[in-house]
Amino acid sequence: MAETMVEAPAAKTSFIDEVCSVPGGEAIHSCIQCGICTGSCPTANNWDYPPRQVIAMVRAGFREELLSSNSMWFCASCYTCTVRCPRDIKPADIMHALEVLAFRSGLSTKQSRTPVMYQCFVDSARGNGRVYELGMMIKLFLKTNPFSAIKLAPVGLGLFLHGRMPLRPTRIKGMKEFKAIMDKAKKLGGAK
Amino acid sequence: MKHYSYYPGCSAEATASPLGISVPPVARALDIDLAELEDWNCCGSTPYNSVNKLEAGAMAARNLALAEKTGLDLVTPCSNCYVVLSSVNTHLKELPDFRENVNEALAAGNLTYGGGVKVRHLAEVLYTDITPEGLSGKVTNPLKGLKVASYYGCQLVRPNGFDDPESPHSLDELVTSLGAEAVPWELKARCCGSSLIMPEPDVALGLINKLLKNAQERGAQCLVTPCPLCQINLDAYQSQVNSKFNTSYNLPVLFVTQLIGVALGIPAKELALSKNIVSPMRVLAPYL
Repeated sequence: MAETMVEAPAAKTSFIDEVCSVPGGEAIHSCIQCGICTGSCPTANNWDYPPRQVIAMVRAGFREELLSSNSMWFCASCYTCTVRCPRDIKPADIMHALEVLAFRSGLSTKQSRTPVMYQCFVDSARGNGRVYELGMMIKLFLKTNPFSAIKLAPVGLGLFLHGRMPLRPTRIKGMKEFKAIMDKAKKLGGAK
Repeated sequence: MKHYSYYPGCSAEATASPLGISVPPVARALDIDLAELEDWNCCGSTPYNSVNKLEAGAMAARNLALAEKTGLDLVTPCSNCYVVLSSVNTHLKELPDFRENVNEALAAGNLTYGGGVKVRHLAEVLYTDITPEGLSGKVTNPLKGLKVASYYGCQLVRPNGFDDPESPHSLDELVTSLGAEAVPWELKARCCGSSLIMPEPDVALGLINKLLKNAQERGAQCLVTPCPLCQINLDAYQSQVNSKFNTSYNLPVLFVTQLIGVALGIPAKELALSKNIVSPMRVLAPYL
């Protein structure tokens, strides 16, 4: 992983503005690159660019490199970075914002299955008003690597045998109004 | 009797059903009236907030709008629902554009949200409103001699929890008030990998292994947590950890309401103790 960046790409201003538009995002201007976020992150050793470097890359305008990386997809939303940051930056929220931008720009990586999982989750929640965990998992495995499901099958079976894996989704009663709300949100420039 | 609006969350009806089942009898025993929010929907969780902020906001806000009509605090037993609902709630208060857009979306479903709901975690209600002292007064089966590792996970205490984000103590106090021994352990508020268990199982299993190892080394006979994702990861995936790391953990992971229920003398069946993957019956037998 390259710690030294050579040349800052052109579209620098717009990328940092995009990230700063998330609530609290503007705080990244005050990052002092102390690295407490990386040091606190339980999954940082899997990231193409660890949290501290992600912030540096946003500021330097490395949009494409960052949005196509696996980095933010390893954020488990534990918020340890957020409560420890001495400059009140909210790195976990920044990672979520980068995920939104990666989806929106079609750059989300195939190296991690997390983007597909998130999309399956959203489809499930929108479709029934509630998340149907079994349906979401089956879809995730079908869309990524069906064979990897074999390894996890005993877990699913265990949950099923203990009455924790219903075979049918639950649907809310007010689907019509719910759908109207969600469609309207989408129409209102839901990319934000 | 204390009154609240109750938001179970999707997991409590499925993979975390021992939580969904054990909350109502425990609430009744503690004179807590939890009125389930009529026709609640998914909070949107972390995934939706990582795909589209406005849609995620509208999804969460439908629940807030429904709750506002009740005039009661909205209580959820799920740590992820808690973080998502409370963060959308804060953004709706602080960001006028976001509030305007979300309310325009809500209007399409004949709803509106004025920002008047307080979102709370059930564990915080137990700690703050019921209090450890109040709880101990209701104990009929003191859990004397039971060594419990209180596992807070992340989102109960971060980013905006009611307890210390690094070294929380509320669950330990609740556990102690039941007569049990809260064992001190270092990783009580560290991450279990949450939903990464599905797309990145190797990463999450490594984190779960660290937690189980630490709890076991500190002498815990079981763990207790309020969080659905934490419970599933530590309980349902414990056998996967054992095969991957050649370990032999046999640590029951209870929902905090299950443990409280045992101490209050509520029958095992009402607490869904048979639904835990690693059976807690061996360690709980003396108290049932």
